[in-house]
Amino acid sequence: MIYLKLYFEFFKIGLFAIGGGLATLPFIKQLAGKYGWITQKQILDMIAISESTPGPIGVNAATFTGNITAGTLGGIVATIGVVTPSVIIILLVAHYFMKFGEARIVKSAFSGIRPAVTGLIAAVGFGVAKMSLFNIDRYNAVSKTSSIFDIKILPILDMKAVILFGVIIFLINKYERHPITYLIGSAIVGIVFKF
Amino acid sequence: MSELWELFTMFFRIGAFTFGGGYAMLPIIQKEVVEVKGWSTDEEVIDYFAIGQCTPGVIAVNTATFIGYKRKGIIGGIVSTAGIILPSLIVITVITTFFKQFQHHKIVQYAFGGIRVGVVALIANTVLKMFKQVVKDWVCIAIFIAAFIFVAFTDFTPIIVVVASALLGILRGRNCIEAEGEGIE
Repeated sequence: MIYLKLYFEFFKIGLFAIGGGLATLPFIKQLAGKYGWITQKQILDMIAISESTPGPIGVNAATFTGNITAGTLGGIVATIGVVTPSVIIILLVAHYFMKFGEARIVKSAFSGIRPAVTGLIAAVGFGVAKMSLFNIDRYNAVSKTSSIFDIKILPILDMKAVILFGVIIFLINKYERHPITYLIGSAIVGIVFKF
Repeated sequence: MSELWELFTMFFRIGAFTFGGGYAMLPIIQKEVVEVKGWSTDEEVIDYFAIGQCTPGVIAVNTATFIGYKRKGIIGGIVSTAGIILPSLIVITVITTFFKQFQHHKIVQYAFGGIRVGVVALIANTVLKMFKQVVKDWVCIAIFIAAFIFVAFTDFTPIIVVVASALLGILRGRNCIEAEGEGIE
């Protein structure tokens, strides 16, 4: 039965993909080879859609694959499958964390982890910045065709994006609105100014 | 409003506005959980992320389950998980059923061009805030820089960073806690 199969395959993915949503993608590629549920082209679509829709990438990818394979119910089953191991494991971890979280060894471990995770998140932000603020691909394309615009100051920076970035940082510090406000605002700016 | 409903709607909002992977939801979590509700401190949220990174599954889901469990036990964990995955389920189902070419529409690409810049700004702002709170001495600064370089410029899994920094924390544990204790007590 396809739904049961989807559930267990995605349960396995949820169990073995450690390190966040992107870690689920290689497993889904494997599935494509094993069952022929989705084609290689659909995998590319899946990655593009998962990254350009709201929601965690791993969840989006599971919903997408389930949907393509077995319709709406397939999507629901695959999604529940991918999160089931997380929920069980985290409930156990959370239980013990709350019990032993005050232990000296746990506390000192986290005193090392906190700056590391902060650095990790900064690196994730840097990754997104590389795509949006510094358009390296566009720069390479431009320098190949070589025009007078090449000599512009810092051609590698996408000036529209840098200005929007500066404006948002200014507004955040001045008004402290909910982050969602800024996301909606930047989507509108993106559409109006063709980012 | 019951707390379970609050958990559900909060994580639904977070799921609906997380663009580009689990860590991008940090600014919204920080605002809702720490500033508005006062359920956790900034440090605790970072701890949940670290745990979510090292346990199987999607980081955003792991973090939601953790916070839900902390507030309302097992039911809280399940309700929060349902909240964070529901927007994905709805959006992806609608797109795969009706708009197969969704990601190729110009307007979608422009909107996401803008959103990505917004995400960078929000993350930059939150990292700065976090940095001020968790980076207490030069060893912490070194860990921060090393973690940044490791994740930004190599392809190794970030789990190594979390495990290594935990060991480092344990090794110098006494100093750290005593230093913290002196400050507080």
